[in-house]
Amino acid sequence: MHNHALRARYLAAVAAGLLVGCAATPPTAPKAANAADMPWLERLTFGVNSGVLAQYQKLGRNGFLEAQLRGADEQLPDAVAQDLAQPAAGRLDAAQLVLSIAAEQKRINSLPEGPEKQAARQKLNEQGIQAAYEARRRELLRAIYSPAQLKEQMVWFWLNHFSVFEQKANVRWLLGDYSEQAIRPHALGHFRDLVMATLEHPAMLQYLDNAQNAAGHINENYARELMELHTLGVDGGYSQHDVQELARVLTGVGVAAAQAPHLRPELRGYYVRAGAFEFNPARHDFGPKILLGHPLTRHGFAEVSEAVDLLVHQKACARFVSRKLAVYFVGDDPPAAVVERMTQTFQDSDGDIVAVLRTLFTSRELAAQAGRKFKDPMQYVLSAVRLAYDTRLIQNMHPVTGWLGALGEPEFGHQTPDGYSLQDAAWSSSGQMSRRFEIARTIGYGSAGLFDPENGGAATVVGFPLLTTPVYYGALAPSLSAQTRNALERARSQQEWNLYLLASPEFNSR
Amino acid sequence: MNRRLFLHTALAAAPALSVAGRLFAAPASTPRFLCVFLRGGYDCANFLVPWSSSFYYEQRPRIAIAKPDPAITDGALALDSDWALAPAVRDSLGPLYQQRQAAFIPFAGTDDLTRSHFETQDSIELGQPVQTTRDFRSGFLARLAGTLNGSTPIAFTDTLPLAFKGDSGIASISLQRGGKSPFDATQTATLRGMYTGSHLDSAVREGLELQQEVAQAMQEEMQAANRGAISTKGFELTAERMARFMRTQYRLGFVDVGGWDTHVNEGGAHGALATNLNSLGKGLATYAEALGDEWNNTVVFVLSEFGRTFRENGNAGTDHGHGSVYWVLGGRVNGGRMAGEQVRVAHDTLFQDRDYPVLNDYRSVLAGVFGTLWGLGPQQLEVIFPGARPLDLKLV
Repeated sequence: MHNHALRARYLAAVAAGLLVGCAATPPTAPKAANAADMPWLERLTFGVNSGVLAQYQKLGRNGFLEAQLRGADEQLPDAVAQDLAQPAAGRLDAAQLVLSIAAEQKRINSLPEGPEKQAARQKLNEQGIQAAYEARRRELLRAIYSPAQLKEQMVWFWLNHFSVFEQKANVRWLLGDYSEQAIRPHALGHFRDLVMATLEHPAMLQYLDNAQNAAGHINENYARELMELHTLGVDGGYSQHDVQELARVLTGVGVAAAQAPHLRPELRGYYVRAGAFEFNPARHDFGPKILLGHPLTRHGFAEVSEAVDLLVHQKACARFVSRKLAVYFVGDDPPAAVVERMTQTFQDSDGDIVAVLRTLFTSRELAAQAGRKFKDPMQYVLSAVRLAYDTRLIQNMHPVTGWLGALGEPEFGHQTPDGYSLQDAAWSSSGQMSRRFEIARTIGYGSAGLFDPENGGAATVVGFPLLTTPVYYGALAPSLSAQTRNALERARSQQEWNLYLLASPEFNSR
Repeated sequence: MNRRLFLHTALAAAPALSVAGRLFAAPASTPRFLCVFLRGGYDCANFLVPWSSSFYYEQRPRIAIAKPDPAITDGALALDSDWALAPAVRDSLGPLYQQRQAAFIPFAGTDDLTRSHFETQDSIELGQPVQTTRDFRSGFLARLAGTLNGSTPIAFTDTLPLAFKGDSGIASISLQRGGKSPFDATQTATLRGMYTGSHLDSAVREGLELQQEVAQAMQEEMQAANRGAISTKGFELTAERMARFMRTQYRLGFVDVGGWDTHVNEGGAHGALATNLNSLGKGLATYAEALGDEWNNTVVFVLSEFGRTFRENGNAGTDHGHGSVYWVLGGRVNGGRMAGEQVRVAHDTLFQDRDYPVLNDYRSVLAGVFGTLWGLGPQQLEVIFPGARPLDLKLV
C-alpha cells in the first residue's frame, strides 16, 4: 500500500471515529441482509465478514446453509492458496517425518557430549517448534480466510475432540499431517472414518501411548480415552474390564519403523503397513476378547476395525457426539429435544456429520439461543481479526497464536486428551475477562504486528483498524444494548471506540 | 488451631454480599487454606516410597526408588520404618517433615472407580456423593467459601476450577504471566459499565482489579530482581506470587499443577516424575518461606484424582489406579507423621489386584480438617460435603 493511501485510510478512520457517536443511519448498511439471521450466521462462521454477507445475500438462508454443509466451496483467496502450497517444515508426510526425526535423534544421541551435540539438539528443537507453529499458522490461515467457515469450525471441533498435545513425544512434527490427513478429509464426513483415521495416525498413537501397547506389555491409555473421550462418553456403559479388553484389541497398533518386522510365516498375512501406520501382529494379543458383552469374531487388524464398528454404533456414541456438537453450537446445556433429534439422525445416517449438523442448524432450539453463547478464545480472536481486517491477508500469525495462548486456548496446546472445555464458564472467569480486554485493546489500537512480514521487511499495514465497516452496521450494530452504545459514545478516539466494541458483551458472544 | 470465629450466624440466609466476600475484613487470625490439585493422577508410590515392602521392589524392577542408604545419594529419605520420601523432594519437603510441618495420608482418595482423570477430578472438585446426580454448578470449595465469613477465595488458574463453581463469582487469575494494566480510570469504568447487571458483572470487576494487583506484584518483583534477588521460574515462581496474595488479601486458595500422567518412562530417583516432584516440592517450600509468620496460620492440602497401578507397566510407566497419598503442610499442623488408616503394602492388600486401596475418603478427611480449622459443626460440614462422615485425623 502506498503511503498516501495509508494516510487516507488513517484520516478516514479518524473521521469515522468522530462520527460514530451520531451516525444514525450509515450509508453503507447493506439492504438485503435479514437482521434476524445475523446471530445464526455468527454461529455458522468464525465471525461474519464481507464474504459471508455476500454469499448469504446471493444464496439465501437455505442455500447458504447447504453450501456450508457441503464445505466444498473452499476457494481460498489466491495469496492464501499460494502460501499453503509452499513446501515448509512440517509439510513432509508423517511417514517420512517419523523416520527422519527418529534417525536424527538417534544420530544426536550417539554424538559425544559437547558443543556439537548441544548445537544439534538445539537445532532439532528449534525445527520442532517451527513445525508446530507452521501447523498452527496453516490452520489459522484457513480458519480466517476460507469461505467454507462451517467446515473450518468443524476442523477445529474435531481437532479438539481428538486432541493431541504438541509437547508429547514427536507429536509436534506430525501436527500438520494429522490435521490435513486425519481430520480435514473427514470433518464433514462420517464419524467412523474420523475414529479410524485418528486411530491410524502416529500423532495419536504417540500421544496416547498406543505405539507402546503390546501383548504382555499392556498400556491402557488410548483404549480408555477411545471410549471415554472419543466415542461413548464416560457414562457410555463400559466397564474397567472393557477398557482392558479394548487395550488387548489395540495391541500391535503402532507406528512403522524403518524396517518391516521379521514375522513368522503364519503372522505375515496379518501385517498392515500404510504410511507411518503399522499393525504388527507379532505384538498383538490374538486371544479371544469380549467387548461391551459382544465376543469379537475377527482377528488381527480386522478385529480393531470390528471393535470400532461396535463402538460407533452404540446409541451412547451417537448421543455423546451429538450432545457435544450441541454444546459447541447451541449452549452449555442444550435442550434435550434437539440432542435427541441429532442422536436419531446420527443413528439413521450411520454417523453422517453433515446430516447431524443439518438437524442442528435448522432447529428452533439453535435459533432460540441466539446471542447467548459466550465465544471461546478461538471464536473471539478470529471474529475480531475477521471484523478488523476482513479479506486483507495477515502477514504474520505470531500475534494471533500469542493471543490464543494468552487466553488459554492455543491450538495443539492442551496437555490432556479431553480437549478444551466447550462450556461458557471455562472462558469467562475474572482473569480471562481482563486478559480478553487487553487483547481487545491490542487489536483495536494498532495493527499489532499482524502485517510485519515473518521474514523481516517493512510492515505492509500500519495504524489501527477501522471497525465501522458495512459488516459492523449489518451484523453487529443492530444487536448492541443501550449500555454498549453508551460506552461507544463516550469513546475519546477511534482506537478507544474499537476497544469498547471488541470488549462489549455483544461482541463476546454469538 | 481450633477457632470458632468465622461462622455465618444465619447460614441459610447468608446473601452473596460481595464479590468473593471482599467487603468483610476477616479477623487477622483467620486460617489460610490452599488446595493444591495434582492433575493427572501422580504416582504416590514413587513419592512416598513403601520401602519396607519387598513387594514394591518386585513389582517395579525398572522404576523403584532405592531404599534409604547413607552410602548412596539417590536413595529415599526414611521417614519411619515403612515409608520414605523420594530423593527429588529430600531438600524441600524433608525439612518440613522433620520440623513436624508436614504429614502424609496414605491410602487416601475417592470411591469413584471410573479411573477416568476427568470423571474423578470432577468428582473430587464437586465433593458430592458419587452415587447421586451431579450438580456441576456447585464445587466443594465454593460451598466452603459460602459457609465461612470473609474467606476471600481465589483460584490461581487460567479458568475457574470446578471446585470453586458456585452462585457467586470467585476470582481466578493465572500468575504465570501478567504485566502492567493498560487501562486508565475512565476506560476501566467504561468497560465495567458495559457489563453492569449482566451475569459477567462480577467477573469483569474482579478481573480489572486483579489485573492491577498482579501488575503491582510484578513491579515489586522487578525491583527485587534489580537488587540481586534470585529469579525463580515454573511452579516456584507461581508459588512465590501466590504467597504474596495469600499473605495479605486472600484466605482460601486453589492452584493446580499438571504433568503427572506417567504412562511411559516415569523414571525413579531421576526422570519425568522426579523432575515434576522436585519443582513442586521447591515451590511449596518457597511458599512456606514467603508467607513468613503467616505460615503458622496456614494449611496446604495436596491431592490428586487417583493413584496409579502399583506394578509398573510394559513401558516403564504406570497406568490409572485408585488410592493415593495426600499431603498436609503448614507451620502448625500436627506433622512429622503418617495419618489415617493404613495397611501393609503387599500383594494381598492391593485393590482389585492392581492399586492401593482407599481407606481414607477425601471428603471425610477434608471435612475433619475444615471442622477443626474453622470450628464448623455437623450442619455446616453437611453443606460442604453432603452425606460425608467427618474424620478427625488431628491434623490441625
